[in-house]
Amino acid sequence: MLTLSNLSKRYSNGHLALSGIDLSVGPGEILGVVGGSGCGKSTLLRLISGLETPSDGRIEIGGSPVSGPRDEVGFVFQEPRLMPWLSIDDNVAFGIRHLAREERDVRVREALVRVGLAGFAGHWPRELSGGMAQRAALARALVGRPQILLLDEPFSALDALTRNDLQEHLLDLWAYDRPTMVLVTHDIEEALALSDRIVVMQPAPGRVQVTVTPPLSRPRDRASLEFQEWKRHLLAELHHSFVRPARQGDERFPAAAI
Amino acid sequence: MTVTHPSDPYNEVAPASLPAVTAPSRRTGEEDASVVSARPGRRWNWLLGLIVPVGLAVGWEIAVAAGLGDGRLLPPPSKIIATLSALAATGELLSHIVATLCRVALGFVFGVLAGTFLGALTGYSTLARALLDPTLQALRAIPSIAWVPVFILWFGIFETSKVILIAVGVFFPIYLALSGAILGVDRKLVEVARIFRFSGPEMVWRVLLPATLPAYVIALRAGLGLGWMFVVAAEFMGASEGLGFLLVDGQMTGRPQTVLASIAVFAVLGKLTDWLLAQGSLRFLRWQDGFNPTA
Repeated sequence: MLTLSNLSKRYSNGHLALSGIDLSVGPGEILGVVGGSGCGKSTLLRLISGLETPSDGRIEIGGSPVSGPRDEVGFVFQEPRLMPWLSIDDNVAFGIRHLAREERDVRVREALVRVGLAGFAGHWPRELSGGMAQRAALARALVGRPQILLLDEPFSALDALTRNDLQEHLLDLWAYDRPTMVLVTHDIEEALALSDRIVVMQPAPGRVQVTVTPPLSRPRDRASLEFQEWKRHLLAELHHSFVRPARQGDERFPAAAI
Repeated sequence: MTVTHPSDPYNEVAPASLPAVTAPSRRTGEEDASVVSARPGRRWNWLLGLIVPVGLAVGWEIAVAAGLGDGRLLPPPSKIIATLSALAATGELLSHIVATLCRVALGFVFGVLAGTFLGALTGYSTLARALLDPTLQALRAIPSIAWVPVFILWFGIFETSKVILIAVGVFFPIYLALSGAILGVDRKLVEVARIFRFSGPEMVWRVLLPATLPAYVIALRAGLGLGWMFVVAAEFMGASEGLGFLLVDGQMTGRPQTVLASIAVFAVLGKLTDWLLAQGSLRFLRWQDGFNPTA
């Protein structure tokens, strides 16, 4: 479905954000990407989405190379990024402007019901809480029925309760059309709760350190011994990968918290 | 958001400085507004605005009646009102008002169209900005009155030259505000539109223009104010009707009450059209999460 080969990105200021990434994501697969700050996770998503162009290497979706944003790729940003001048239903319809009006209305209504915002169609973004705004952003990304959904730390700005709620909700949403998902996060528990496969990245320059496939059954029980065991394992991996430029030797904090 | 993560080791010394990092949000402003403005009295706030002009008028009337002021050079309000009603009775006032309003309206429409188009173009396209902005900025530096002789030469003494002069006055504040505001549109919103593969015109129409609407409305009001300013200049340069003509006519014939009457009409019309514009734009700005969106 999605293939990255020897992907590198050097920004115009000379900073090498990603180097030699090889990855392949299957149809309907949920791939988690974890790593500390500055390991190029977001850059990776921006390259796949076509917002940025790679300096080297190739990205292919369904066998055809990516040269810019595509209809079959949806993106959920860290912030909701709703257009403040559009009501919630118009925001959700923002990306499906080419569809016929009836089709658009049906899809928007359906998407709002799915994300639990059915009663908020006519509200302004400023009237929504952070969690609700992010639900609207999810609806906007899903309403075009993308084959690939890219999520860039989508829940990191939310409180823990809302975050857990939305994580579970995301799986329900995924179950409708089963898009391929690439979920970038710095939250190991989030990655473990959602992903089929997890890529741990290491920084300077960003590259893949290890790819793991936790054999956890779904739905995942976060309190289970197995889950906790995997969490520890991944924390250790991250800890190992993380180079601390300023505070070498300070072991009091797990790197995953960064 | 990692910056504010409580267990981020790189920020464990930072909490004291954290509030300074987050920019003052508009929400804060909203709370201030609810503290400052006395909501129950708001309906009658507009009456407060009448106190100063009415007080001045009454004061002057009394001063002239008491022999404290020179009522010949600065006629009292009663005399100005009498002049206005005399002009209104013959229908002369209406024809002057209509003539001036038509000129302002036409000039405003052309100025807004040109300012919006070129402002959007130079705001959106780097190439257009490099190509056109220096010339337009240089033209902006020319004092408006300097155009009068050439406009008369090129477009004649009648309506065309007047409307063009007004349009020039309206054009610049709109051009300047729009092209500047577009450059300041949140990159994050633009990226959303890029993800959805918006074309250039779609990006301008559906993202850049709505995002700049608050600034645009202010620019429209500034442009309209300049339109009223320029209509006087235009009517000074030779007209047989219009409020500017009435003003010059009053000066030529030594009737200060006529001059002041036309000034008073300018004030009322200027305020009225500005109010209409502000009210008309309100429904497009309801989405704003600002200090006081109804102001």
